[in-house]
Amino acid sequence: MSTPQPPTQPAAPAWGAAAPGSPYPGYASPIPVVRTHFGHALASEWTKIKSVRSTMWTLGVFVLLVVGIGLLTGVVVASTDPDLGGENALSMGFFGLLLGIMCIITLGVLTTASEYGTGMIRTTMVACPSRGRVLAAKALVFFLIAFVVTLVSVTAVAFLHVAMLEGSNAGEPTGGEWLKATVGISLYIALLGTLSLAVGSIVRHSAGAITLMIGAVLAPLVIAMFMFASSLEDVRIALFEYSIPNQLSIFYANSLSTSGPSGWDPLWIMIGLTAVVLGGAFALLGKRDV
Amino acid sequence: MIEAVGLTKRYGDKTAVYNLSFQVRPGAVTGFLGPNGSGKSTTMRMILGLDNPTAGHVTIGGYPYRRLPNAARQVGALLDAKAVHGGRSARSHLLSLAQLSGIPARRVDEVLGVVGLHEVARQRSKGFSLGMGQRLGIAAALLGDPQVLLFDEPVNGLDPEGILWVRNLMKSLAAEGRTVFVSSHLMSEMALTADHLIVIGRGQLLSDMSVKDFISANSADFARVRTPDTEPQQREKLSAALTEAGGSVLPEQDGALRVTGLPLPRLSDIAHEAGVRLWELSPHQASLEEAYMRMTQGAVDYRSTIDQKEGFQEPLPPGAQPPVPVPGQGQIGWYAPPPPQQGGQHFAAAPGAPQAPAGPYGAPDAPGAVPGAPVAPVANPYARPVPQPGQGAAVAAPPSAAPAAAPAASPAAPAGPAGSDVTKPEDAR
Repeated sequence: MSTPQPPTQPAAPAWGAAAPGSPYPGYASPIPVVRTHFGHALASEWTKIKSVRSTMWTLGVFVLLVVGIGLLTGVVVASTDPDLGGENALSMGFFGLLLGIMCIITLGVLTTASEYGTGMIRTTMVACPSRGRVLAAKALVFFLIAFVVTLVSVTAVAFLHVAMLEGSNAGEPTGGEWLKATVGISLYIALLGTLSLAVGSIVRHSAGAITLMIGAVLAPLVIAMFMFASSLEDVRIALFEYSIPNQLSIFYANSLSTSGPSGWDPLWIMIGLTAVVLGGAFALLGKRDV
Repeated sequence: MIEAVGLTKRYGDKTAVYNLSFQVRPGAVTGFLGPNGSGKSTTMRMILGLDNPTAGHVTIGGYPYRRLPNAARQVGALLDAKAVHGGRSARSHLLSLAQLSGIPARRVDEVLGVVGLHEVARQRSKGFSLGMGQRLGIAAALLGDPQVLLFDEPVNGLDPEGILWVRNLMKSLAAEGRTVFVSSHLMSEMALTADHLIVIGRGQLLSDMSVKDFISANSADFARVRTPDTEPQQREKLSAALTEAGGSVLPEQDGALRVTGLPLPRLSDIAHEAGVRLWELSPHQASLEEAYMRMTQGAVDYRSTIDQKEGFQEPLPPGAQPPVPVPGQGQIGWYAPPPPQQGGQHFAAAPGAPQAPAGPYGAPDAPGAVPGAPVAPVANPYARPVPQPGQGAAVAAPPSAAPAAAPAASPAAPAGPAGSDVTKPEDAR
């Protein structure tokens, strides 16, 4: 609907008027500008990981599984008045951990993949365009949390078992055995979680990455179980020996097989594997669209 | 300042953005308009370094985003209101962002107060409504008190109070000398907020000019002529006479005629000569919304159709017409054509060459040299000869429209020719 329109002068373009003189007037914030570094990213990731309930849930279930099943194993074994035949009592902790790693895998995947699921990753990457820094901070924070939680629960279970099975002809664990069954296994589990975190960053889908990781843990054992053909014997044994549950058991020296990796080998394998996958995650993160 | 040069993004064989070049200057709110799927969000993501352009580049203050020092302190963005972890509280969400950017934690509580979320700051954002989510996103954008702000559809899901707040926020941010880049698919909203408009369709630039220029270039006016309903032959007669006189005539659904290209007195004379009585002869101005629709109608990817419910409905009784929800809307030629002298050149160019030589680039450097500088009053055949306003009709217009439209006129310049009825519906009968 027209109202009478006075023959107005051509309106001055508001464009040029916005910036008289200086071509780039800008705005200066009174908040001091700090040069950001890795420490800021660490603090941010720490806030993130502790402020979601899934962290508490997965870690809570992990502790429950490791300590609960460890306790149960201890009670059952002790009540049957067994003869361990000189084997040390630490090996009883294996069963709880075997189930517990599922929680660590889940948490590792969620740390990265959930940001893609919610779209939070865009907000994060806008706040910090150095994508590698964010992933590195995530990996480090998660690794430390996983390591500390595993170490505490595994050590508690180890002491429990040694105390419970004192009279069952159990061998006194040596210092080296203690180290492997506590620090060693914790490093291994934390690395496995970090591997999951890297996979989560590559796959960018929580359910997909968790399935992939659980498959990677279980599939070799399951496949090996059904390889009856004698021509595949070597493959079967390799699958069996290098499967993650078997590598896990090596820390307790009750390996399911006699050949294959031994001593601290599983840790070196896991360090290598995690480094490769994490490297891939870094490369992809830098290249792909968020 | 944001500067895009030849920005192109392809996803597989689908081109989301093609050869997009524009500048976003500080000190003004720049609206970024386009239909759904036209590439607005993709462009925003490329500006923020989230997506890598297939070709071309975009810089903020001279740097590509990913190499911008202290990026979070220079640029704030609201991309997607729901881009938060639902299990995290609003405060933790902002705190993690603040820590990442080296911003003191008390700034978090400050912005929560600014957006009005301080009372729900410790609740998980999963339970937030769309509007609350939007406010949280705006809080995140304001967190670093940045010089450049990007907002993707900021008023989505906001209540009227929130919309007004966002509108004023944008303007005050720009008034402080910041660069404010706001995307929207709502022309009416942009007309109230923006100083400058960048319109894209199918990933290509359709228009890049100030709101004032946009209005004068696109405020296609027409006259509505109504002949007595009782004598249809008079309508035919007038229609023929008008066409002969060089006007273009478009019949409307209710029997009236839309005439462009002839001034009102001339129209009256022709009718008189033809011996046709008129029941109505009224000047009309296309709203900015309509100008925008006309500009983008060829570039709309997702077009709605009438829900036929075929096979589910009782057959209509013989002779009955099926109801038409919006008569004529969307048909070719429905939107009034641009004014004859200048309208076409800004966007009527072939899609392959949206940036005709007459394109408005360089305008900021030489404001006087804007091609198609606003000469609307001259271009508008109905602007001068109207002695009396259609006052009755103007009163009938939604009363809220006119006052709300007032801020569209930038304080830097007096209201343009169409400034005051930017959002008024074209037809206020």
